[in-house]
Amino acid sequence: MNNGLTDMTQKLVVVGAGMASGRALEHLFEAAPGAFEVTLFGAEPRGNYNRIMLSPVLAGEKSYGDIVTHDAAWYAENGVACRFGETVTKIDRKRKVVVSKGSETPYDKLLIATGSAPFIIPVAGKDLPGVMAFRDLDDVNAMVEAARKPGAKAVVIGGGLLGLEAAAALKLRGMDVTVLHLMGHLMERQLDPAAGYLLKKELEGRGIKVHVKAQTKAILGDGRVEAVALEDGTIYPADIVVMAVGIRPETRIAVDAGLYVERGIVVSDQMVTSDPDILAVGECVEHENVCYGLVAPLYDMARVAAKTLIKEDAAFRPVETATQLKVTGINLYSAGDFADGDDREEIVLRDASAGVYKRLVLKQNRIVGAVMYGETSDGAWFFDMLRKGTDIAEMRETLIFGQAYQGGSPLDPTAAVAALPDDAEICGCNGVCKGKIVSAITSKGLTSLDDVRAHTKASASCGSCTGLVEQVMKLTLGDSYNPAAVQPMCTCTDLGHDDVRRLIKAKGLKTIPAVMQELEWKTSCGCAKCRPALNYYLVCDWPDEYADDYQSRFINERVHANIQKDGTYSVVPRMWGGVTNAAELRAIADVVDKFNIPAVKVTGGQRIDMLGVKKEDLPEVWADLGKAGFVSGHAYAKGLRTVKTCVGSDWCRFGTQDSTGLGIRIEKFMWGSWTPAKVKMAVSGCPRNCAEATCKDVGVICVDSGFEIHFAGAAGLDIKGTEKLGLVASEEEALEVIVALTQMYREQARYLERIYKWAKRIGYDEIRRQILDDKDRRKAYFDRFVFSQKFAQVDPWSERVSGKDKHEFKPMASVGFAEAAE
Amino acid sequence: MSDWVEIGRLSDIPQRGARCVDTPIGRIAVFRTAADEVYAIEDRCPHKGGPLSQGIVHGAQVTCPLHNWVFSLETGFAQGADEGAVRTFALKRDGERILMDASAILAAAAARIAAE
Ligand code: SRM
Ligand SMILES: Cc1cc2nc3c(=O)[nH]c(=O)nc-3n(C[C@H](O)[C@H](O)[C@H](O)COP(=O)(O)OP(=O)(O)OC[C@H]3O[C@@H](n4cnc5c(N)ncnc54)[C@H](O)[C@@H]3O)c2cc1C
Ligand code: SF4
Ligand code: FES
Repeated sequence: MNNGLTDMTQKLVVVGAGMASGRALEHLFEAAPGAFEVTLFGAEPRGNYNRIMLSPVLAGEKSYGDIVTHDAAWYAENGVACRFGETVTKIDRKRKVVVSKGSETPYDKLLIATGSAPFIIPVAGKDLPGVMAFRDLDDVNAMVEAARKPGAKAVVIGGGLLGLEAAAALKLRGMDVTVLHLMGHLMERQLDPAAGYLLKKELEGRGIKVHVKAQTKAILGDGRVEAVALEDGTIYPADIVVMAVGIRPETRIAVDAGLYVERGIVVSDQMVTSDPDILAVGECVEHENVCYGLVAPLYDMARVAAKTLIKEDAAFRPVETATQLKVTGINLYSAGDFADGDDREEIVLRDASAGVYKRLVLKQNRIVGAVMYGETSDGAWFFDMLRKGTDIAEMRETLIFGQAYQGGSPLDPTAAVAALPDDAEICGCNGVCKGKIVSAITSKGLTSLDDVRAHTKASASCGSCTGLVEQVMKLTLGDSYNPAAVQPMCTCTDLGHDDVRRLIKAKGLKTIPAVMQELEWKTSCGCAKCRPALNYYLVCDWPDEYADDYQSRFINERVHANIQKDGTYSVVPRMWGGVTNAAELRAIADVVDKFNIPAVKVTGGQRIDMLGVKKEDLPEVWADLGKAGFVSGHAYAKGLRTVKTCVGSDWCRFGTQDSTGLGIRIEKFMWGSWTPAKVKMAVSGCPRNCAEATCKDVGVICVDSGFEIHFAGAAGLDIKGTEKLGLVASEEEALEVIVALTQMYREQARYLERIYKWAKRIGYDEIRRQILDDKDRRKAYFDRFVFSQKFAQVDPWSERVSGKDKHEFKPMASVGFAEAAE
Repeated sequence: MSDWVEIGRLSDIPQRGARCVDTPIGRIAVFRTAADEVYAIEDRCPHKGGPLSQGIVHGAQVTCPLHNWVFSLETGFAQGADEGAVRTFALKRDGERILMDASAILAAAAARIAAE
């Protein structure tokens, strides 16, 4: 062969497309692009993603798309032949080929990165449908599916990191969750009993049942999981059982190939197995008798393996790892070893009212273990000293109060980060130290968190160090970067709308007083800004459980009419899609006469407004309108207002579809729903756009091939044409897309934020991705909207005609008239 | 001399809400706070006449439904940067019953007639 490149290009086969191999390939392509022709096998039918983040995906806080680490473009760019969905069943070391699905692939070098397999406890019933692990996206999808059933019950076996993340997430999904844990306290490998107790209390506070010292006897069920039975006789009913009791290195193909395997595949410091052409990285590996189960050391292995492949010197050294539980609202940090011992001393700090517990274990004036619950901002500082073996004798007295107390510096998180040495590790997952972040910011002129993530990988894996990274950015960039630039909701709190929304969900807060108590509102009962916002968030998040607080609604939404400048009201009944008829018009005319209504006007929203109605008359006006079939037009609501239509294919010579019919269908499906701000829609029958759909919150332009969905337009205080969401073929699909988009907006936007503002903040592409590309997600949004409509689609006028809120419409008494007449 | 007349019961008014009482000097708004205190003020915002009884009640304050001025129910004064005040009226509680001093209203009505 005379082509030098071909001569040198070696074939690298990688088995397992997981976190470790993904990282190894990144290093490899960066250091020596083109040196290897890579074939990547993955048993899962998808490429590399951030497995750590499956917990937030399960909780619904992130989507699968958010956690993909390598996409098709990346593989193509680097010439990786992807064989996803293909399990390698055999390694033939003599012929240097791997076998999969009956085909053979030759290698010069082989990298095994098969991760680990969830451990399934060998009890009766373990194979029943409904018993699942928590390891990959398929598991997550199965759990999400199970959670759809209202009132579904989940039993999680295992109260470790994984089990608790699963339990918290399933609870957020609305399941009834029980955690069974074999030991006396939760996360016993990372926590001491005191912290375990606080954690248990917190989880129980969220409505999760926790049963410790639970010995599973059998999983019961006829053809499907129905319950879990414990040795002590307790039986917990279950629709699903999640096994999260541990993992074991996935070594089967290595064992079959005759490689040296103990608990894991044994490797040298260079990540080479007993066969010099075969390397291994990740959880499947055993190094110096240790198997690892957190990503930080696996990333080190990946770096070393890449170097070994390109024949550079590198050696893997064991590292201490710190643990954080990724459950929103729970702060927990643990590192090192905290068993009691004669040669050990401890320092403990408790603040019961604040739910704070901190414990340091010392040995010869050095920190060997640290557990923190409730307040973890000093975690990185303690961990840094732990790893370096810093002598703490000098600051022993004040050590537990944290870094800010040392040397009299003020209690300011930025000061704490400023005091960290350059080699202090900020991001544990990716092993990024402070100095590296600072130099990346200054040398590359980075200004945003996303830039820093892209260039340094800091905060790009589990995200729990985001706060610290932002502190470093603030230190480096000065006032031009302000991580705390969150606009508080109002003067009653320092929290911004997004934080409040997240915490309502995370803490399972279901009443306004609970929100104010738990989030430490500074006023006793809020104000006219925060109360309506909180009321909306609770209505949206707990449609079936939350009792709407009318006293927290603006007057219009309380009496279901629009207050006018003279204290009278206007009444706007729905005219579906702007279509009316003689009977309706006659009923309106009669009402206007009967109640002497001074003004009648056609609105800009294709319906009729009766203005100047006295408050006392409202119930009777509604009663008469109701007899003619009218319901409230919600012209006053932060909710669906109008769906304007044009005549469409029914009449118009250019009409391509039944725009009137679709508009009516959308309005009938969606009326009554509460939204962060008002929502207006329109459907035009062709691109001439007579219904003005391209300046609405959501608009549809009918075309021959289907329905173009538009969103994020504005024509009030701001003027903005819509963005195109995409084209769909059928009315059904158009409805599903519009409903899903609205639900996404309902769940994410800040109160009073119109769709166009929210969409700009979230990103149009992100919305397209979640609503158009990710069909499962779209369906889930759609289903949640439909569920909430069960409680929302009640005509408020007829309710009031039947007597609801009578007090609103009548004075309580008259005083002083008789006497005044005398 | 005071002339206390019953205008209703505590339970007639929702917590953090208000009801109106018609009088010869116009409507008076009677508020009930979250802590079950009751207050009476003129139901007319000094800004542009907004009906304060229709506002959102928070603490011992109400926010006008028309342009969001905030008034103290105890003193009648506008809060924050806005300047203005509404008249307040004394109330008495006798268990569940809420009583208003009709003589104060008559006096106010007489003063108004005199001024015209
Ligand atoms: C009645 C109507 C004017 C008319 O006579 O045609 C109207 C009347 C009011 N509009 Fe409007 N808007 C009306 C169509 C519109 C439109 C046109 C449309 O819907 O196609 C717009 C521009 C599109 C938009 O929504 O952005 C419009 C943009 C606004 C805005 C600016 C909103 C924004 O975010 O930019 C406000 C102020 C607000 O909501 O804070 C507003 C607020 C109001 C309020 C509710 C003011 C208030 O808070 O009291 C008015 C209540 C009148 C009443 O008691 O009925 N109205 N308003 C229209 C009722 C439509 C309906 O059938 O429901
Ligand atoms: C829900 C969850 C939360 C976690 N949270 C954290 C955390 O907060 N912090 C942390 O540090 N770690 C966390 N972890 C652990 C972390 O995800 C793992 O340590 C890491 O993913 C291991 O990487 P790996 O490449 O060794 O294995 P994996 O990422 O599991 O990848 C191995 C891949 O190989 C495939 N495979 C196996 N056998 C074959 C075969 N024969 N042929 C083809 N493909 C095969 C598997 O299907 C899998 O896709 C979490 C794990 C889970 C499941
Ligand atoms: S434009 Fe709308 S808000 Fe302004 S006066 Fe007219 S109806 Fe009122
Ligand atoms: S009328 Fe009350 S604030 Fe304007």
